[in-house]
Amino acid sequence: MKPQIRMAGGYGFALVVVATLVVVATLAVAGTIRPATAAEGGKAPPKQDWSFNGALGTYDKAALQRGLQVYREVCSACHSLKRVAFRNLEALGYSPEQVKSLSAEYEITDGPNDEGDFFERVGLPSDRFPAPFANDNAARAANNGALPPDLSLITKARAGGADYLHALLTGYREAPAGHEVPDGLYYNEYYASQQLAMAPPLTEGQVEYADGTPSSVEQMSSDVTQFLAWAAEPELEARKQMGFKVLLFLFVLSVVMFFATRRVWSRVE
Amino acid sequence: MSAPHSSHSGSHNATPAKGFYGWMEARLPALSLFNKTLRDFPEPKNLSYLWNFGSLAGIVLVIMILSGIVLATQYTPHVDMAFDSVERIMRDVNYGWLIRYIHANGASFFFLVVFIHMFRGLYYGSYKKPRELLWILGVIIFLLMMATAFMGYVLPWGQMSFWGATVITNLFSAIPLVGEGIVQWLWGGFAVGNPTLNRFFALHYLFPFVIVGVVIFHIWALHVVGSNNPLGIDVREERDQIPFHPYYTFKDLFGLSVFLFFFALFVFYAPNYLGHPDNYIPADPLVTPAHIVPEWYFLPFYAMLRAITFDIGIPFTDIVFVEAKLGGVLVMFGAIGVLFILPWLDRSPVRSGRFRPLFKPCYWLFFVCCVFLGYVGAKPADATLLGLPLQWFGLLGIVYYFAYFLVLLPFVLPKLEKVPELPVSIADAYSEKSSGKQKAAKEQNPTEEGQAE
Repeated sequence: MKPQIRMAGGYGFALVVVATLVVVATLAVAGTIRPATAAEGGKAPPKQDWSFNGALGTYDKAALQRGLQVYREVCSACHSLKRVAFRNLEALGYSPEQVKSLSAEYEITDGPNDEGDFFERVGLPSDRFPAPFANDNAARAANNGALPPDLSLITKARAGGADYLHALLTGYREAPAGHEVPDGLYYNEYYASQQLAMAPPLTEGQVEYADGTPSSVEQMSSDVTQFLAWAAEPELEARKQMGFKVLLFLFVLSVVMFFATRRVWSRVE
Repeated sequence: MSAPHSSHSGSHNATPAKGFYGWMEARLPALSLFNKTLRDFPEPKNLSYLWNFGSLAGIVLVIMILSGIVLATQYTPHVDMAFDSVERIMRDVNYGWLIRYIHANGASFFFLVVFIHMFRGLYYGSYKKPRELLWILGVIIFLLMMATAFMGYVLPWGQMSFWGATVITNLFSAIPLVGEGIVQWLWGGFAVGNPTLNRFFALHYLFPFVIVGVVIFHIWALHVVGSNNPLGIDVREERDQIPFHPYYTFKDLFGLSVFLFFFALFVFYAPNYLGHPDNYIPADPLVTPAHIVPEWYFLPFYAMLRAITFDIGIPFTDIVFVEAKLGGVLVMFGAIGVLFILPWLDRSPVRSGRFRPLFKPCYWLFFVCCVFLGYVGAKPADATLLGLPLQWFGLLGIVYYFAYFLVLLPFVLPKLEKVPELPVSIADAYSEKSSGKQKAAKEQNPTEEGQAE
């Protein structure tokens, strides 16, 4: 007697269900039925070939280090990065000593001490990046009423993720004729309303890279985007590597279970 | 070796079993209960893979409860700390990201599995006599799942959490007279705030165990009436059936492996694909997101909620019976409410849709209609299709949704459909179907037969 794993006539049903799922998934991937998002209204950002894309994608550590430099020298003037601790920077390829000296460049407010006073001390690897402003109101007051968002999760918190961020940072253009941009706002076709309060943050040669890479706007934007993608998803490399093994295991298990089930069912007349 | 016919199921009165089993049986017949329900339970032998999704849903429920309990050991239900505590789980807790992504994507897959389970029941008439109560218990589980998922989505306290909670709790204000009071009672204040988050966490932790309770009744009822099958005919004789173990345990484990493969694909490679980017922005009561969208599994219901944009009353007068908002709420809850009375709405004596030529197109149109309503729910309220407001098509979809249950099943189909000649025996249909395949297989591989026995 030979095996019969059979749909027993359920083929039609299963086919339609699977077909529907595939069609819905395809449409969703194509973006046509993606639920309306905050980025709606902005131009769709072009897809970039990031090193962390793909099944076994990893971060480019040199790019992350350059991106960190861009964040520290440019972005951090207005944007906090409050969920990233200095100790996390070891993931960028820095030694514990390098992390220690980097964190020591920061002054951290601590306290209260035994006398009840708050005091400044040198930063430790366990500290997180200090925010540029004392609170949101101070940030708004210094930025024309606009609140520069914390960047720790920015690539996860925007539709389009890293592609969107890179497109936005390099997407400042002259407003087209007839498009009135109010004072204090800047035209950017990737932004939802096409006009945002952040002035073009990057200019040619703004940062002197430690590794000698020429600092074009494109280069700095790409580097800081990769750094912020890491900041938002520090677990990405571990996740993808584990995922690969898990999927491999489950595939083999499925095949084994398929034949085991066939064998067991071969007894049924 | 022949199929295992267990001799000790329910037999502790006849010949006392020996050893540990016998000792246990004399004191607490839990092992024989286990045997009866999961080992010897006779199932029709012709179940298709669509019958995998019941046990699959049970397994996903267990995955959700276990991952949820682990998350609760690190989560803080406070408006000032909830978001940060979730990020701490993601960044600082060992494998916290894994547990959270399992839990978040598990919710989506739970609904996916349950939707397939329900659509299978709708097609094969699994709600019909004598399985009415089995079906109703299932609908109760579905309702509890919706409540649990909704409250769980609020816990990370991102923008969609907060605004989703605000929109959905505000629905209750549509209830005449007591609505406002009910909403404030739900909130524990005058807006969605810390008491709301606190109670949502408490209830989100409680409800899954209530679900487990109803699932036990669901399985209990299943064991009384037995599984339906693709032919929709009753089991008549012993050879129509096979014991649950090893046949369906193996088949279910195979299905589980395949399911886990697709589940892992999302957990590891697209963990945020089914979520919404706005929920990675901490909740801010002063900033409303451009579009408030629920999770995908609520989209058809969300479409119903928004579809009624007009007051219902006597035309050309100011008399309003049902305000638009209440209309939407009634439609949405009605869509689930109608499932409760479905066993008495479908008046065809034939269970399986396979033998109902007119039912088939009606059913598939219903299926398409549900998917389409999901599409409508995903779009902004002012979206258009073919130059017409999408809402109009949504309304059309809703009309068909209810017409299917309230007009087609009870009145139209039973009148138009002739009762076909149904197969008499599950066993005969099964061997007829497999004999063709067996012949082909034998010719290919004649030597292996002996080993299998």
